[in-house]
Amino acid sequence: MSRIRRKQREMRSAIILVAPFMIIFAIFFLYPTIKVVMLSFTNAPLIGDGDWVGFDNYAKLLTDRLFRTSLWNNLYFVVLTVIPTTVIALLIALAVGQLRGRMQALVLTLFFLPYILPVSVVTLIWSWMLDFQFGILQPLIAAVAGRPVAVFRDPNWVMPMIALVTVWWTNGFNVLLFIAGLRNIPQDLYEAAALDGATPWQRFRRITWPLLWPVTTLVLTLQLILQLKLFDQVYLLSAGGPFNQSYVVLLQMYREAFQLNNGGYASAVAMVLFAIIVILSVLQFQLLKIRGRR
Amino acid sequence: MTAKRARNVAFVTLVLIAAFIWVFPLYWALTTSLRSESRIVSDAGVLLDEINFASYLSVLATSQLPRWYLNSVGTSLIITITVLFTGMMCAYALSQLRFPGRKLLYLLIVASFMVPIPALYVAQFILMNDLGLVNSWGGIIMPQLVVPVVIIVYKQFFDAIPREMREAVLLDGGGEFTLLFKLYLPLNWGITAALAIITFISAWNNFFWPFLIASSESMMTIPVGITQVYDTFGIAYGRIMALALLAAAPVILAYLVFQKRVTEAVMISAGVKG
Repeated sequence: MSRIRRKQREMRSAIILVAPFMIIFAIFFLYPTIKVVMLSFTNAPLIGDGDWVGFDNYAKLLTDRLFRTSLWNNLYFVVLTVIPTTVIALLIALAVGQLRGRMQALVLTLFFLPYILPVSVVTLIWSWMLDFQFGILQPLIAAVAGRPVAVFRDPNWVMPMIALVTVWWTNGFNVLLFIAGLRNIPQDLYEAAALDGATPWQRFRRITWPLLWPVTTLVLTLQLILQLKLFDQVYLLSAGGPFNQSYVVLLQMYREAFQLNNGGYASAVAMVLFAIIVILSVLQFQLLKIRGRR
Repeated sequence: MTAKRARNVAFVTLVLIAAFIWVFPLYWALTTSLRSESRIVSDAGVLLDEINFASYLSVLATSQLPRWYLNSVGTSLIITITVLFTGMMCAYALSQLRFPGRKLLYLLIVASFMVPIPALYVAQFILMNDLGLVNSWGGIIMPQLVVPVVIIVYKQFFDAIPREMREAVLLDGGGEFTLLFKLYLPLNWGITAALAIITFISAWNNFFWPFLIASSESMMTIPVGITQVYDTFGIAYGRIMALALLAAAPVILAYLVFQKRVTEAVMISAGVKG
């Protein structure tokens, strides 16, 4: 009898404890998730009802040249950011790992600092750094290009420069992950290797790199997913221009929904990104499971 | 030995130079914000040789910065407190109690990591419009209350607490709430502080959602508000940099003061995602 009562009490407590989160989760997450799927099959405006149009929106996406441009630009941006940021973060982490005490703390702070800034602070500062007339980096750009360049209005420069700003902004996070990974490598492995007369390169190649590989794949996949969600920097730095050279999927979702009043079509655009990221996440999860089994 | 030492000094110097180049944009923003507008465009010496607060005073007098501060502090605080409370309660139930649907709930929370939140913004905006919350604190806050990582982190920490401690409190006649707030929470102040700081920083830094939902200038949060000033100031980089630094100051301070907690929290939540 008392066991049953105790069980009932446990259940009542559980319901009370779980309810606040569950209610918020259901209303502001689950419902919008279902809603966006439903909307993508309608021709609804942003506010108001629409008619069910089946797969029309998706069929339209296949022939939408702007959407194809958006997807390509997302892919281009991933290429420009993911591997460079991983390499730079690894190099910084290796360097920071060689330092000791206060010096290490100082250097890590400096490299991590940009990561905690709001995106618009980052874009305002870089717009000034790269200003066509007065930007302090223009002499550097002139040395490369032979002339000053209004980088966010130049079709060739725009994406690489947004990538540069993004790497500067988000790199600190990756540095931190690599440093945590480096700390997990047992120190005696290096001592044994040093006794065997291994060169620094051999120690990196045979110990650091293989033991750090799980962290490296984590950084790569997290970055891949993060950089596909590009919106803020593009909207603030180039607004998708010039000539749609920096137009990306989320920017198209924003324009369709909030400027052209096509809620249904915008939802279909969102669903494509949704699907890509869910697939990548599942792959990442599988990858980690394989690694775990080994 | 001296050759090795010289090499070491050279290495440290090199790393330091690289680190200072990395933060140069921030230094340059500071230098610019402390110069008079006329000098900014006439001579661009890199040394901090002028300390002139005119840009800061002008920004505080002419923009709605104080109002944006209030909006950012208010919404971020409410988000942080709500996320932590609902998260720790849910995590406690998942970790310590047996109830039907527990597995399913856990699975839902883990699966929700995969969903790219911006893909929901159209539907969330429509929902906020139906609820009459467009252009209000409620509208800014509510969709940001779902932070499932907090639950998973808390659950891992609660799982690690020995069962015997729990039995002792139960024998003394304590209920689940006593357990949570008198035992599990006090044992986890460290992680609570860490989660609070990064939840606050990410709410403070969120741009996309407040940008969509706050339509009038007086409802904007800092990251959104400061992008409006081109219209007001024109090209006036001294004032724009002053504004950017005033907007960043709270998070920079929070980071410098709570550095260890911030890095700890970033590492733990990344570990959970991995």
